[in-house]
Amino acid sequence: MEQQQQLQTAPDSSNATILLMGLRRGGKSSICKVVFHNMQPLDTLYLESTSKPTSEQFLSLIDLSVMELPGQLNYFEPSYDSERLFSSVGALVYVIDSQDEYLNALTNLSTIIEYAHRVNPKIHIEVLIHKIDGLSEDYRIDAQRDIMQRTGDELLDLGLEGVQVSFYLTSIFDHSIYEAFSRIVQKLVPELPSLENMLDNLVAHSSIDKVFLFDVNSKIYVATDSSPVDIQTYEVCAEFIDITIDLDDLYVENDAKSDQQVVKDEIKSISYLSNGLVLYKQMIRGLALVALIRNDEDNGPGQSESNMDELLTIIDYNVGRFKKSLMKMWESSKFRPASNTGGEV
Amino acid sequence: MSQSSRKKLLLMGRSGSGKSSMRSIIFSNYSAFDTRRLGATIDVEHSHLRFLGNMTLNLWDCGGQDVFMENYFTAQKDHIFKMVQVLIHVFDVESKLINKDIEIFVKALTNLQKFSPDAKIFVLLHKMDLVQLDKRDELFHIMMDKLQKISNPFHFKLVGFPTSIWDESLYKAWSQIVCSLIPNMNLFNSNLLKFNEVLDAEEIILFEKTTFLVISSTASIQRQSQAQGSHLSNGSLDALDPKRFEKISNIIKTYKQSLGKLRSNFQNLVIRGSNGLHFYVDFLTDNLFIMIVLRDRGTDKSHRHALEDLLILENVKAARKWFEKIEAGK
Repeated sequence: MEQQQQLQTAPDSSNATILLMGLRRGGKSSICKVVFHNMQPLDTLYLESTSKPTSEQFLSLIDLSVMELPGQLNYFEPSYDSERLFSSVGALVYVIDSQDEYLNALTNLSTIIEYAHRVNPKIHIEVLIHKIDGLSEDYRIDAQRDIMQRTGDELLDLGLEGVQVSFYLTSIFDHSIYEAFSRIVQKLVPELPSLENMLDNLVAHSSIDKVFLFDVNSKIYVATDSSPVDIQTYEVCAEFIDITIDLDDLYVENDAKSDQQVVKDEIKSISYLSNGLVLYKQMIRGLALVALIRNDEDNGPGQSESNMDELLTIIDYNVGRFKKSLMKMWESSKFRPASNTGGEV
Repeated sequence: MSQSSRKKLLLMGRSGSGKSSMRSIIFSNYSAFDTRRLGATIDVEHSHLRFLGNMTLNLWDCGGQDVFMENYFTAQKDHIFKMVQVLIHVFDVESKLINKDIEIFVKALTNLQKFSPDAKIFVLLHKMDLVQLDKRDELFHIMMDKLQKISNPFHFKLVGFPTSIWDESLYKAWSQIVCSLIPNMNLFNSNLLKFNEVLDAEEIILFEKTTFLVISSTASIQRQSQAQGSHLSNGSLDALDPKRFEKISNIIKTYKQSLGKLRSNFQNLVIRGSNGLHFYVDFLTDNLFIMIVLRDRGTDKSHRHALEDLLILENVKAARKWFEKIEAGK
């Protein structure tokens, strides 16, 4: 992969870039604000139209920049250096407004794909069928099928049937947008297979139901074990991060808030549920591990508690091992380890 | 005792001012977003809520359209305004007909004075989120001064809150309203202080289980006693966020709701925080949650382990029987 070579040669410019494109009023800025700035979905109604390309720096497991292009831009003016732009991009995310007539958007999409593919054949093409919160269930499936069909036909006409295009149904009012972004970002992480392997090992030896490696600021998960992702489990885990961090922040004294130099201990939280527990542990570079541990065995109440304690000790040890290997992985991939907890620059 | 533990609360205000939305958020676990689905309330909707085990709140949500309003003040007045413990009057800050709102408020006060002169009056200036941030305080004070003047002839003391369903202010207001109804509040407070001496915690907060309204906290007890002139040492708490109780309510309520997706219930939560604080949220009784905030006093960080957590949770278990006694009203 091109990224990989970049990563190993120049750690300073190792930003994998995601390009966010689409027609005007498709919802690109709202996506950026909701995912990377924790804006409330309802507040995005008042966003201004974007007039120039904006870029988000997003430091996590990989340093990522998300570049948002205005919808009304003509990419093919000679003055605009789109060739250089596309050649340095890892993924192209195209947003289609599913509540609007999308025929224009599809034409635009195929033009862009054709161009991008010519400049950079390695680029990942991702299509977000967006704003599905306003559509009924049946209609969503229809819209998705229709869009996939038409895109396929358009690409066939252009002689590009080899291009892989992934489709996602998204909305900013639920967790689907995070899920889609998680998958997109994961494609850009070169160490993903080994990470997943490590997580699988952890799951196998600690009777964990599901484990995610989250980026704390954006709620995007950069890796998970190989069992299928159930969106509700994901939501609960993402909310658990919020709960932990919000409670922790409440008791930071006001004068200490501005002082970033304080060395912070790692946060760890455990919550017992009626049928198991959720565990959250801070890792490096603004990542956190959230695991869901099921305990469906019906023993007596006292017995299950002591079992849980034993289990927790084992899990604690294993998670510690996991963290150590994550750090090792880090050193070998030539990243400057960030001591702060990541976040926006 | 059983008679006095039934409390009648009137929830009044013009139509569209947000009365049913409040009720749904505080007592039926609606999210603020869900309240858009609520239609107009027809006549009076009664809800009976068990609160703290032996207390029943009869909430009379009075539909605010003029037709019903006329009816309340004429034909039904003795039925509506008899035996009222609390009147919660809701004003919509966006309302165009302020004079009409006030007129209705005056009518309600007149009837209350006649039928339940001992009632407590709470005024909520609702939908504050629609007012610019820097204008909110001013608007609230102008409105409260005006309403206090109006209610002076009736010898009622008003307590007012600016509220909005989109932030913590709603919890704050309702916490105070509900706390004013708890008879053995002092017992709760004194026991909480004793428990705090045992644990030497930064702060302990008690929440009601279903609504997650704050019943009592060590900080607020200290503040009261300071106001009365005694001097308790109050270290770092002043530097903390004054809205933290409502925020905690909000956070944990959200968490409880989100666990519903896993068809599971919340039991307890232990957080080892980033700046040497530990948080414990646990059941105290069948109707109370407790949150304990402890500061890590060990200088050597390698000596922290799960035993400490278990010790705290054991302490909570030991405290349970005391608080259960208080609840039972013995």
